Amino acid sequence: MSHVQTAQVAAVKRPKKRSAFSNRKVDRAYYWMVVPAAVIFGLFLYVPFIQGVAYSFTNSQGFGDYKWIGFKNYAALFSDDRVGHAYLFTFLIAIAITILINVLSMFLAVALNGNLMFKNGFRAIYFIPYTLGVLVIGYVFKYIFMTPLPALGRALNIGWLSESLLTSEHYAWVPIVFLAVWQGIAYSTLIYLAGLQTIDGEIYEAASIDGVNGWQRFSKITFPLIGPFFTINLVLSMKNALGTFDQVVALTNGGPDSKTETVTYLIYSGGLTGGEYAYQTANAVLFFIVLAIIAFVQLKFFGNKEKI
Amino acid sequence: MSSATLQRANAHDSGSKKIRKGHSRRINWWLTAVIAVLSLTILIPLYFTVITALKTPAEAGTFSLPTTWEWHNFADAWNKVDYPKAALNSALITVAAVVLTLLTNTFVAYAVARNMDKRFFRFMYYFFIAAMFVPFPVIMLPIAKQFGSWHLDNQLGLVLLYMVLGLGTNLFIATGFIRSIPVSLEEAARIDGAGTWRIFWKIIFPLMGPINATIAILTALWAWNDFLLPLIILTDQSNQTIPLAQYVFSSQFATNYPMAFSSYLMAMAPILIVYIFAQKWVISGVMRGAVK
Repeated sequence: MSHVQTAQVAAVKRPKKRSAFSNRKVDRAYYWMVVPAAVIFGLFLYVPFIQGVAYSFTNSQGFGDYKWIGFKNYAALFSDDRVGHAYLFTFLIAIAITILINVLSMFLAVALNGNLMFKNGFRAIYFIPYTLGVLVIGYVFKYIFMTPLPALGRALNIGWLSESLLTSEHYAWVPIVFLAVWQGIAYSTLIYLAGLQTIDGEIYEAASIDGVNGWQRFSKITFPLIGPFFTINLVLSMKNALGTFDQVVALTNGGPDSKTETVTYLIYSGGLTGGEYAYQTANAVLFFIVLAIIAFVQLKFFGNKEKI
Repeated sequence: MSSATLQRANAHDSGSKKIRKGHSRRINWWLTAVIAVLSLTILIPLYFTVITALKTPAEAGTFSLPTTWEWHNFADAWNKVDYPKAALNSALITVAAVVLTLLTNTFVAYAVARNMDKRFFRFMYYFFIAAMFVPFPVIMLPIAKQFGSWHLDNQLGLVLLYMVLGLGTNLFIATGFIRSIPVSLEEAARIDGAGTWRIFWKIIFPLMGPINATIAILTALWAWNDFLLPLIILTDQSNQTIPLAQYVFSSQFATNYPMAFSSYLMAMAPILIVYIFAQKWVISGVMRGAVK
């Protein structure tokens, strides 16, 4: 019956469509292309998600017997300092990472689009971090932050740098943000470069005839024209930053004293190795609600220029 | 707007020289110098990785060149991590993920892109895309549990997950491209009696070449470097991928830094070597995915 309805809806919309489509019925093969994929997709993603929500109302440890305990997990989450700190920490580093990535990659993209010597070579170099696994390069940086950098700090008499940043309660976030930015810039730069290439060079010629200076050129022409790419980048880098995990595993393992635990890291470590399966599932559901609100706000805030 | 910009970007892909001619181009040496200095932030860590991998443990920890070149570090790490096994495992998983993703995600995108005027397919589009916004940690615990009980806590399960989890993004990337392919080709083939599947494999799939390359590059980089998914799915130690092997290794042999670094270097090497030879192709491929 729903098919009849869709056919009717299509019939109403049809005048806008090209004539070749005017009287077609959808070939059954198209359904064979989509429906099995949808079933597997639902089975792999939506079913676990619903199961997760169900588990969040139990006291399961991930194995053995469990019973329903209502909203107790959620109530406990709100009075758990460790969870509260993980959320705060995640938001703070996500904001720092997003801002740094976008400012730096915007600058890099404009520069790499300019009249450089060895332009393609530099592009290739700046994209290297994207091809490396965060965990492995993270181990490299861990050692750099542990040994050569404090040595440099001592040699230059810089107090905060002469101890390893990784074991400092106040500065352990710095290496995590640094690694996320170091790696994340590559992809954002490429998106901005793609955006810059959609701008017609004649606009700049016209502007230079009108005597526009460099900053005006960027703020009045370039930035507005790559606006949609800015939105994409902001949403993507924010999403990645809120899920920061590999960086924490490679650099600090959540330490010192749980100070650098992100929500994702807490869900993993508590849920899979800490016997808090149901509790951390509730945490995941809460995280989902928070992220959905953020995504909604972002879409409202940045308008729907780049509507999917 | 998507197909219009896409075409524009394609035109620029091939014809960026045109713009360059239009401008009087003088090399900006100041900018070149700044960019060159900044590129050290990428090159120095890589340099540090290489030299540390070739030192003795006593010498490690500085940026100076090694006094003796300890090539045997690589052999030691090779045996300690069981590198060939991890590399083979990672390669198999990556290749399988890329092939399966290309063979399945493309026709889903095709079916959806060609029937967006139908309510069912439009719903499907949002059904797939919506999952892009569900962060993986949210479903991580149930998936780990579920895959264990389905006996998919192995390479097969991992490959299936890459195929399924990437679908939203790939659909997003591919539908705009497919809609820019004129339908007249398909109509002609249909008149000649070809069915939808045949049309897809014989006409559309080959025409999707550039976007298939983009999907393949993104999937390969993801599958090869991914750490979180193998960590929660591969429960058997002998199934380790390269990042997972580094994770186990670094917790076991944490003090011998040169050996650890030669192991990290070997973990990065395969993709770096591919990248050095194919960087132009990789960069333009990833860029194509960004332009909608």
